Amino acid sequence: MGAGTDVVLRLDAITKRFGGLVANDAISLSLRKGEVIALLGENGAGKTTLMNILFGQYTADSGSVAVMGQTLPPGNSRAALEAGVGMVHQHFTLADNMSVQENITLGVDPLLAPGLNRAAARKRILDLAERFHLAVHPDARVGSLSVGERQRVEILKALYRDMKVLILDEPTAVLTPQETDDLFATLRQAVASGLSIIFISHKLHEVMAIAHRVVVLRHGRLVGEVATEDTDKSALSAMMMGGAEARAPEVSRTEPGRALMELRGVSTPNIGNAPGLKDVTLSLRAGQILGLAGVSGNGQAALAEVVGGQRKPGSGTLVLNDAPPTAWTPRDAVRRGIARIPEDRHKTGTISDFDLTENAILERYKGTPFSSHGWLNWRAARRFADEIIQKYDVRCPGADTRIRLLSGGNMQKLILGRVLEAAPQIILANQPVRGLDIGAVNYVHSQLLAARDRGAAVLLISEDLDEITRLSDVIHVISEGRLSPGFARGQKSPAELGIWMAGQGFADAS
Amino acid sequence: MRLEPIENPGIARRLGPPALALGATVVIASLLAMVAGANPFSVLGLILKGAFGSQFAILETLNRATPLIFTGLAVAVAFRAKFWNIGAEAQLYGGALVTVVFGTGMLALPAYSMLPLLALLAVIAGALLLLVPAILKVRFGVDEVVTTLLFNFIFLLFISMLLEGPLKDPMGMGWPKSARVLPEARLPRIVEGLRLHWGFALALIAALCVWVIQTRTTLGYEMRAVGLNREAAAFAGIPVNRVLLQTALLSGGLAALAGFSEVSGLKGSLTLDLSPGYGYTGIIVAMLALLNPLGVVISALFVAGIFVGADSMSRAAGVPTYLADIMLATALLLMVLAILLTRFRVVRG
Ligand SMILES: Nc1ncnc2c1ncn2[C@@H]1O[C@H](COP(=O)(O)OP(=O)(O)OP(=O)(O)O)[C@@H](O)[C@H]1O
Ligand SMILES: [Mg+2]
Repeated sequence: MGAGTDVVLRLDAITKRFGGLVANDAISLSLRKGEVIALLGENGAGKTTLMNILFGQYTADSGSVAVMGQTLPPGNSRAALEAGVGMVHQHFTLADNMSVQENITLGVDPLLAPGLNRAAARKRILDLAERFHLAVHPDARVGSLSVGERQRVEILKALYRDMKVLILDEPTAVLTPQETDDLFATLRQAVASGLSIIFISHKLHEVMAIAHRVVVLRHGRLVGEVATEDTDKSALSAMMMGGAEARAPEVSRTEPGRALMELRGVSTPNIGNAPGLKDVTLSLRAGQILGLAGVSGNGQAALAEVVGGQRKPGSGTLVLNDAPPTAWTPRDAVRRGIARIPEDRHKTGTISDFDLTENAILERYKGTPFSSHGWLNWRAARRFADEIIQKYDVRCPGADTRIRLLSGGNMQKLILGRVLEAAPQIILANQPVRGLDIGAVNYVHSQLLAARDRGAAVLLISEDLDEITRLSDVIHVISEGRLSPGFARGQKSPAELGIWMAGQGFADAS
Repeated sequence: MRLEPIENPGIARRLGPPALALGATVVIASLLAMVAGANPFSVLGLILKGAFGSQFAILETLNRATPLIFTGLAVAVAFRAKFWNIGAEAQLYGGALVTVVFGTGMLALPAYSMLPLLALLAVIAGALLLLVPAILKVRFGVDEVVTTLLFNFIFLLFISMLLEGPLKDPMGMGWPKSARVLPEARLPRIVEGLRLHWGFALALIAALCVWVIQTRTTLGYEMRAVGLNREAAAFAGIPVNRVLLQTALLSGGLAALAGFSEVSGLKGSLTLDLSPGYGYTGIIVAMLALLNPLGVVISALFVAGIFVGADSMSRAAGVPTYLADIMLATALLLMVLAILLTRFRVVRG
């Protein structure tokens, strides 16, 4: 292929430091027309940083970015946009209170002549939506859309602007498998018409499915570059982890103990469009992982809120250690030994502008050892944070770093440490490995298994059937707020579970 | 154009914009003075001299800073928890009202118990005044910006009514003015013979206390958490509504101390011009200080210095006094902008 003229994007020796940490170390990369590159690397390897530089959101310490042979001015995302680079961020950046159409045309259409091109813009959006099978309504308010739909809006936004290069930073982390397939179909079509894509994901099968070429980062350095057809998943993961082998933890069988928490006929009101629980009965047993399978938005949120203390059952009873709790708030839940790993680590799990120390004590600042008589003991807090950082391998410049500067995976490790160090009785793990690299996924899973083996009850909520079937001792499927009967490990095939997830077994059962 | 946060601003970034703002203020002030017919090159000197040029000037500036420290702290505390208290003016008058109600003869105590008691009653009054909007907010979701702001007007009319009626000083020759508080209810001067009262010291102590609360106590931690991310705070088990109510109590109490200190330390009685908008200026003081309680002391001194200095300059240079107001407004606007620029950079696109 050589240095063909069809190179659309070239990164040349990009280096970026944050204090003493080298997030990108002289990375060079080029992308051809109609090519899909997957960027692979552990949490904190520097993928997002590199993309932010390319998109003009960060200024590199050295090195340059060129699109179609033109060097871009550093740190100028408007110039990047005008040169045809679009980015779908790891965390969405859409304006919630605006309509889909407004979001897509924002910053493109001249603001001073509204209405002028409205009809034309709308037509173009509808055309694109149809051509690329991106079903969204232009008038819907973005705030009311599901994650999958938001993603489609982000992609439409890029297509609308006639992008040459589209950066997708972990687009699939929040999608259901079906939505991922749809996304890939759209992307293939866009690539066929000349778009080039940089795709970031921690899921190797996705990388193998969509990319032509894989680029691997490790500790900020580019450590490998291979064509997808010349490699396989295990080679990639070895490259990513610096030769270490990614090994999923062994799952042994255990005898479940007594029920630590029970829901008896619990119902809750619907939350917006999401269904509440409908007469759910379930018991979390010591030494058992209960997997909750289901497409997201089917009542998982309501269940997590009841178990985590944010919501009291509307009807029915919650039983904790053989008696209904007298008070049920998040603080009560924490005091009663419930570890809660929330679904959204940015919005609910952490306070972005607090540092790691302040985030580490968020649930337990009240009382020993972190405070007494209203006075905080920062030294104890700091020691606790340092301990988590060490034990759970949180990669960060130090405990006084604001947590929003951490990569997603490292943020999750801090949350994990925060809740597991309290030796909880019951663990509520809601999408615990979303966005984590393979090593971190294995680590989280091994921690959940270890907690189970020492007698904790684990409620694992996940959309990933593989994860559910591998870890769970018993599986329930949730659909429209209803709960299927419990299936023992291996009792149902993934296909059979899929049928339940589509809401079908329930009619026969009732 | 948009603003992009700077993660770790260097020293130039932190000091440059404020320095530029000061320079620009001086230039604009000089030009204005020139337009008004004064010598533009003498303006800066006259302002500095007026604010800090003599013992009298310095004491005047410190006295003027005292109520601003209290209201600045009140706003800083509330805004930290994203509780938008715009009503420090009303709470200030609440504190002043209580001071004259109990200080003009209803209580007869020696000064050493009278003063703490009056301060305490003032704090309670201010706290209760702000508790009402806070309850409306947590119970019914009523926007506190609206309630606290409107309450300022209502409460000032109420004070005006009292001053025309039951509180009116019979010896006041018809002016809407309360009777003077008893000598035991007067804050003494810090140093005999110097016109600076203990209210200033109290303000410094208050700033220190607020700083300790915010950085060392669970309450301060809760307030900051609630301010930064209410959803995450609630998830973690922080009782968000209770924290908001506590914040309101603290904020209202601090603002009321401004009223207590003005009546008891400076004026001796309550009039409708007790505060030339200290409650509102407190918002600017707090913003300039980036809501840091120790910074509030510095920014209050800065604002008071401009107040006093520009006032004295306009008299000395023979230009109309409203020039002083214009300069103050210019200085504050530029400074707020400059402080924004210490933390954000403007980028295209
Ligand atoms: N603004 C910043 N200031 C300081 N450190 C930062 C900043 N942004 C990122 N970092 C650090 O740089 C490193 C690389 O982060 P980056 O977000 O690029 O990782 P990533 O490869 O995208 O990880 P993930 O897979 O978890 O998203 C991390 O250690 C992170 O803590
Ligand atoms: Mg990332």
